[in-house]
Amino acid sequence: MSALAHVPTPSGPAAPAPPPRRGRHRLLPYLLLLPGAAWLFVFFAVPLLQLAAASLYDPSGSLSTGYALTWAFSNYPDALQAYWPQFARSFGYAGIALVLALLLGYPLAYAIAQKAGRWKNLLLVCVVAPMFTSFLVRTLAWKTILSDNGWFVGLLRDVHLLAPDGRLLATPFAVILGLTYNFLPFLVLPLYASLERLDHRLLEAAGDLYANPVQTFRRVTLPLSMPGLIAGTLLFFIPATGDYINAELLGTPNEYMIGNVIDSAFLVRLDYPQGAALSFLLMAAILAVVFGYLRRAGTEEVL
Amino acid sequence: MTRVWRWLADRWVMGVALLVLGYLSLPIMVVAGLSFNRPSSRLSYDFDEFTLDNWRNPCATSDMCDAVVRSVQIGFIATVVATVVGTLMAFALVRHRFRGRSGINLLIFLPMATPELVMGTSLLALFVSAGVPQGFWTVVIAHVMFCVSFVVVTVKARLAGMDRRLEEAAMDLYASEWQTFRLVTLPLVLPGIVAAALLAFSLSFDDFIITNFNAGTTVTFPMYVWGAAQRGIPPQVNVIGTAMFVIALLLVGVSSLRGRRARRARIMSAVRPNGPS
Repeated sequence: MSALAHVPTPSGPAAPAPPPRRGRHRLLPYLLLLPGAAWLFVFFAVPLLQLAAASLYDPSGSLSTGYALTWAFSNYPDALQAYWPQFARSFGYAGIALVLALLLGYPLAYAIAQKAGRWKNLLLVCVVAPMFTSFLVRTLAWKTILSDNGWFVGLLRDVHLLAPDGRLLATPFAVILGLTYNFLPFLVLPLYASLERLDHRLLEAAGDLYANPVQTFRRVTLPLSMPGLIAGTLLFFIPATGDYINAELLGTPNEYMIGNVIDSAFLVRLDYPQGAALSFLLMAAILAVVFGYLRRAGTEEVL
Repeated sequence: MTRVWRWLADRWVMGVALLVLGYLSLPIMVVAGLSFNRPSSRLSYDFDEFTLDNWRNPCATSDMCDAVVRSVQIGFIATVVATVVGTLMAFALVRHRFRGRSGINLLIFLPMATPELVMGTSLLALFVSAGVPQGFWTVVIAHVMFCVSFVVVTVKARLAGMDRRLEEAAMDLYASEWQTFRLVTLPLVLPGIVAAALLAFSLSFDDFIITNFNAGTTVTFPMYVWGAAQRGIPPQVNVIGTAMFVIALLLVGVSSLRGRRARRARIMSAVRPNGPS
């Protein structure tokens, strides 16, 4: 209210002073950034360093006797040797799920962006809707859908796609299906954003120039949707590789991914050096895949 | 011939899209269905018998309701802190020039690109080596950490799309900087801030992996479900799952309805300048 008193009335007789302009607070941006940047530094960046240190602890120590930082680089090859199947499985399952998600998600994003018309918003809500409820509860619902005496397995048995005693639950199929389902919206949304901006006239122009639908897709639609495709692929692949909820709930120890191993290293076996080494290996592997992919895809603008 | 092809191509894409939407919504329908189920045994995942009991007393297993309440508390605190801190950062990034911008951008981007597993375990390593006992507050700290980036990105998008001339006009009309902020900037950015807060809350409420490493003996709703999956899931879990879904859907419905009404009102008042505002 007191600020109001200082506002000169434009109708006043005195020539009004020029209105104030900004640019006088040189420290303001730093003050605005300080709390958030400090939080991220202390609770995101510093912990990564701590994890790096923990991965080099003497593996003979324990939580009760304390750990000594002995620069035990051998933790890395040791961990990899013990758990390479789970490592390979993480990338294998996430990779297969990614291919499935692309096959399912591209038509979906395309249909919503280009064909849905006035139903666009409703269909978008349907894509996001699964995320409205708990991740774990949804994943458990797949346990019901895929259960041995459920209708789905019964149907597959009837049409002989599945042996009479065949099952879906507790198989790699169930885990990959769960991964595809859980992270599909992350792929579809950025893809939709790209395809939505696609000018429909370009597709018509391609058709006018005698391109068949396949050519139009390969030469026009696909290149123009590349930014969304890359962003969506990363948003799908990174959490899918690190996920262990699907493997735990829909699979058996035979389907365990690296996340299950890291979880048990930290929370059950209390082998911190090994858990930390595996975490770092996971991050390094994901970063290597991501940057290799970005280089091949030739777009760095998503970063 | 081309026409037939195009017709087919159009329908084909839409058909696949609807099937995929079916795949995406199947589990929700199952959750809603199971919320009316009386399971024959604790470890049964099949639909056995219809009942309304689960909805009548959702808190029959009191641990579960405690966990839900705890998740709401954590979600609320984490959302408030992350939204305030993240909004300030968004303002700094969009409205100011400063040194070290790329470093800050990296610090905001990296948490979104890092696997949750790595963030969870690294925080655990930090808390353990610093001797911080894990519990409610370590979970809050972790949730604020991973929510901030999403808040910054959401508010930034809204701010960047804003017409700067509206603020310049306010200043030209002798509004002080604070008045301009309160009466022009804030109302215009508010939808972005609200969206960011809702996103932060849903991320926090649903987080399992990071929470699992940093909760100690504190049990949030996702952690309760995780633990119960080994012992047998009480059907009330599906009541909570369904209720969450319905509440979120109502929020979306109300906000889109309000948005539509506001747009219509704006058009009406533009058409009839003397009409009711």
